[in-house]
Amino acid sequence: MLLRTRLYGKMYEFRTIKELLAKANEEKSGDRQAGIAATTAAERMAARHVLAETPLAVLRQNPVVPYEEDEVTRVIQDAVDEVVYDEIKGWTVGELREWVLADNTTTAMIRRVSDGLTAEMVAAVTKLMSNLDLIYGASKIRFTAHANNTIGLQGTLASRNQPNHPTDSVDGIRATLYEGLSFGSGDSVIGINPMDDSVDNVMRLLDMTYEVIQRWRIPTQNCVLAHVTTQMEALKRGAPMGLMFQSLAGSQKANEAFGVTVGMLDEAYTLAQKHCVSEGPNFMYFETGQGTALSADAHYDADQLTMEARIYGLAKRYRPFQVNTVVGFIGPEYLYDATQITRAGLEDHFMGKLTGVPMGCDACYTNHARATQNDIENLAVLLAAAGCDYFMGVPMGDDAMLSYQCTSYHDTATLRQLLGLRPLPEFEAWMEEIGLMRDGRLTDKAGDASFFLQR
Amino acid sequence: MDRADDKVIIDLPDPTLPEERRAIGVKNPHDLEGLRNLCAATTARIGVGRAGPRPRTRSLLLFHADHAAAQDAIYGEVAEEVKAKLGLFTVKTQVADRDEYLLRPDLGRRLCDDAKATIAARCIRQPQVQIVVGDGLSAAAVNTNAPEIYPIIEQGLKSAGVSVGTPFFIQFARVGVINDVNAIIGADVVVILLGERPGLGVADALSAYLGYRPGPGKTDADRDVVCMITYHGGMNPLEAGAYVVELIKKMLRHESSGIGLKIKMSGVE
Repeated sequence: MLLRTRLYGKMYEFRTIKELLAKANEEKSGDRQAGIAATTAAERMAARHVLAETPLAVLRQNPVVPYEEDEVTRVIQDAVDEVVYDEIKGWTVGELREWVLADNTTTAMIRRVSDGLTAEMVAAVTKLMSNLDLIYGASKIRFTAHANNTIGLQGTLASRNQPNHPTDSVDGIRATLYEGLSFGSGDSVIGINPMDDSVDNVMRLLDMTYEVIQRWRIPTQNCVLAHVTTQMEALKRGAPMGLMFQSLAGSQKANEAFGVTVGMLDEAYTLAQKHCVSEGPNFMYFETGQGTALSADAHYDADQLTMEARIYGLAKRYRPFQVNTVVGFIGPEYLYDATQITRAGLEDHFMGKLTGVPMGCDACYTNHARATQNDIENLAVLLAAAGCDYFMGVPMGDDAMLSYQCTSYHDTATLRQLLGLRPLPEFEAWMEEIGLMRDGRLTDKAGDASFFLQR
Repeated sequence: MDRADDKVIIDLPDPTLPEERRAIGVKNPHDLEGLRNLCAATTARIGVGRAGPRPRTRSLLLFHADHAAAQDAIYGEVAEEVKAKLGLFTVKTQVADRDEYLLRPDLGRRLCDDAKATIAARCIRQPQVQIVVGDGLSAAAVNTNAPEIYPIIEQGLKSAGVSVGTPFFIQFARVGVINDVNAIIGADVVVILLGERPGLGVADALSAYLGYRPGPGKTDADRDVVCMITYHGGMNPLEAGAYVVELIKKMLRHESSGIGLKIKMSGVE
């Protein structure tokens, strides 16, 4: 394999596809930490020139973690639609970029081609794209899914109501849940991050949220984001669960750090299909985020963008209702500042869509990153323009349990009214029926948690 | 001359005081008393109301003030008095300074050679439980909560007949450093008390991470954590200390931690 170019008269040569992918990546502190980033800006651009001429077949044949060693690679490679792949294997990465962006390439055409892609191809084309490319490209791709309502439709923007509480107080979580509902947050899911990962606690929170959903006849689904094994046990004991959740990573070894395997996820998926209380056919919810593989020392010298693309390939196996990246949560050692967090949010959203899942974003940051709430508001506008399916809804963007900041109940309401986006249709009809929304705008009664004390 | 600014007097109460912070922002709520009760049930910023779809001015400014305070809190140091009170000597990881700590977590998981030598010279070997304290991302968390929780854990273990090793403090520490620590100590359970990254309004949350026989290759999946240990809307350190002791006893009984412990315990139930 010979991978090289001259740039301004200087020769740049790359030994492997993995090295080429890493050096072509936009600047990320995580890739520097791993010692695999381009050493100069010119070397980065040389890598992109070479990558643009690389045929897709070469990327298929060079997964960043070997097929024999890694079950995530096997899941992705074995799922490739060979008919579609045969049609596109001769395309270069540069051609794939232009095809996605082309005027006569439709949503349906992209959906079909996505079945012939592997994660390395998805990552490669992402590396060639500018931020506006990523926004425009993603805006062309929609994947819908259904649990108790329909996510992913053009013109909709959903919100996960995330009513976390530092000690899992049922009353505190319910109060916050009401606040969010009164702003129109909760159509993607009512999803709680528990402080206590025990089966009893998870069941208690599922029971409470399900009771609210029933009492107010809300067309949505609940979820408690405990470890998948805890949720499986809760489900076996009869807990009313709408969606089954797990955080995923891009290699078998990194997933082991999360305590999950493909076999375990297969089992969870089967169980969810049988026992979840939502209608389906989509029952799974996954979170991702660049840098998780490196933090588990399970990145195999691949860059964090490529490892992230592999997560979407794994997630697709389970026909998820929704997937979101938690883009700024991991900290400045992976995404240093607002520029890197913004870039990663746009990349992850595009990659999820190109891979073929309904894709949201937890646009967020921690207090030790060089980012502020303004940066996250900016990112949310960019992602909403890109057709992002949902954001997190947290009171004033300040999570009372996870010690990070993300988008607020106000933010989704604002983005909807700013950009003419609507809640998920079943949920909007419900908001209209109870009098909190009219013609896509909040009514005077909205934004008042005590509205929900009526029943 | 009568100038208008002579008459301007702006003299504000501190908006971060509890009663100011908890003021209801919703105009004409459906049930004011009910809304007060909802707000009292959580530390989350609810009942704030809205200006169109945006937050009202006072809740927006309070949020930004809290963010400002958290930014200022990141760069504190653990007080020498706290270390002295708990009888902790200090060692370092391979991290040189705070910026490197933020950018290179791998170095924060490894002890420097001096640290290894100091620990080897000063600590007893193979106790059942080794407790260490690390600064993490909030010195304030250690300063406030370590003097409270540490004696509870130590006494709880001793009264249960569990032997406890020589405690020490690790500067620029990440959770994974317990693997390196135990390569020298050889304890059954290692506990690290670590400052969490500051949230808004809560800059002093401590976490206790626990691992059964930590060592090379052990990850988060092999560990348990008790997080949000703080008097500010989390688990108070006295209660958390008792909980940590119970968790340690379970680990010793089942000879496991993390996912392994969960699986063993669900088998027992």
